Amino acid sequence: MLTDMQDFFRELAATSPHWNFIWLYDPVQMDRVLGGLWMTIKLSLACLVFSVVIGVVGAWAQEAKSRLLRSAVQGYVQFFRNTPPLIQLLFFYFALGQFTPSYSPDGWLEVPIISNVGWAIIALSFFAGAFNIEIFRAGIEAVPHSTREAAESLGMTRLQAYTNVVLPLTLRISLPALSANLINLVKTTNQAYAIAVPELLYQSVSIWNDFPSAQNPTMLLMMVCYLGLVGLLSLGMGQWERKLRIPGYGV
Amino acid sequence: MTNWTADQPIVRLRDVHKSYGQVEVLRGISMDVMKGEVICIIGPSGSGKSTLIRCINALNDIQAGSIQVEGQEVHDPRLDKLALRRKVGMVFQQYNLFPHKTALQNVMMAPVKVLKEKPAEVETRARALLKKVRLEGKENHYPGELSGGQQQRVAIARSLAMRPDVMLFDEVTAALDPETVKEVLVTIKDLAAEGMTCILVTHEMGFAREVADHIYFTDRGVIVEHGPPAEFFTQAKDARTRDFLDQVL
Ligand SMILES: Nc1ncnc2c1ncn2[C@@H]1O[C@H](COP(=O)(O)OP(=O)(O)OP(=O)(O)O)[C@@H](O)[C@H]1O
Ligand SMILES: [Mg+2]
Repeated sequence: MLTDMQDFFRELAATSPHWNFIWLYDPVQMDRVLGGLWMTIKLSLACLVFSVVIGVVGAWAQEAKSRLLRSAVQGYVQFFRNTPPLIQLLFFYFALGQFTPSYSPDGWLEVPIISNVGWAIIALSFFAGAFNIEIFRAGIEAVPHSTREAAESLGMTRLQAYTNVVLPLTLRISLPALSANLINLVKTTNQAYAIAVPELLYQSVSIWNDFPSAQNPTMLLMMVCYLGLVGLLSLGMGQWERKLRIPGYGV
Repeated sequence: MTNWTADQPIVRLRDVHKSYGQVEVLRGISMDVMKGEVICIIGPSGSGKSTLIRCINALNDIQAGSIQVEGQEVHDPRLDKLALRRKVGMVFQQYNLFPHKTALQNVMMAPVKVLKEKPAEVETRARALLKKVRLEGKENHYPGELSGGQQQRVAIARSLAMRPDVMLFDEVTAALDPETVKEVLVTIKDLAAEGMTCILVTHEMGFAREVADHIYFTDRGVIVEHGPPAEFFTQAKDARTRDFLDQVL
């Protein structure tokens, strides 16, 4: 059955030179595709988590008493929102990468402690995190001040009121905007291509550089993979939104 | 730190001044509230009633004068505001429940998170409190699924769960329709009958007359007149008080 299908595509490649689905019958190319997809997934998940953490902490810091802290956060947000993510990535990798220490696992090779994958995660998390801060801040502002006052009048500290009352409500208000930003993030992970992170785009390009006849099918595959990933994420976010819905409470 | 005893006023205000920017909202307020007393504050809109009551649990700061609760200076910068607020419960006009928590969770949250009490013990107490405010069977309802009167009673139970010594009520029936006003007032009356010290801002004159030990009438940031209800409602001396009473009675 599987070999029948592989034979079919081998034949197709022979007859139509633009439609070589090479990764369906060549195990080496299949590994490249799967490896790239897996890297894209790992990159996305890591950046999702870190960017949401940055968003939550940053939104909290924007309300801090210290003016210095508030303007530092504001500066960060403005910087990352108003410069292209690709340039941020290159800046992190090439400019900051120079100054990070390296170590030598075998006494021969010098390996920087932050790999290109590490830099991609850092740069993309900061990029998406800046948007998340703004998204959560808008959500916080939509929580009535009186609700927070009620928490404080019960003796809660600012942090307790934030984590127990403000944040859960903010999350519900912010979820649609957060979904949109996280979807954007998943789509932006392929910019890590520029610093040679072996994610889906990088692997696909390598495949069609080696086998130009595989270019059309590989592009098609990439589109399908991104559609699938983003589809899964939207589905998950939708589920989460439904799970957080409060009976009788309309946001 | 203090040597307050129960024969001294539990809440004591002396010449309290409060301004918002240039506007002086409280212009020298003094009052004494003894333990177990029920105090009603009445007065025209904008006279500073809410401001006054919010100063007592430090939701607002003051510019001059002194507010003491159980002998502790509320606006002393060294005072632990959070500790104060655990002793002074507050119920708001707009209920301000936590909309993402059920009635039971609303009542349980502060004792568990703030006092770090065991959830199981708090739950027993919370259920008893909800029963006391006549909300048995509504434990698992969210605020959005309750009527205004029911929400307000959850808010009262939520404050009581912290075992406060004083309760502040700011026009807690003003947002309710006439039929549900009564159920909330009955709850407060029960509370007063048990000896809870209550300071209420209210427009319910009948209720004030029946339940209050002492009534204060405020106008433009000062206390114009005060006295026990029997005297206050029949023998008001000040023209402003008489005008106000003519309008509302
Ligand atoms: N946060 C604020 N900033 C500026 N002015 C305020 C603020 N809160 C209240 N005021 C002003 O202070 C005055 C007293 O307000 P307050 O809410 O204490 O009146 P009130 O007696 O409770 O009135 P009501 O019966 O309408 O509730 C009003 O003139 C109001 O406009
Ligand atoms: Mg008021």
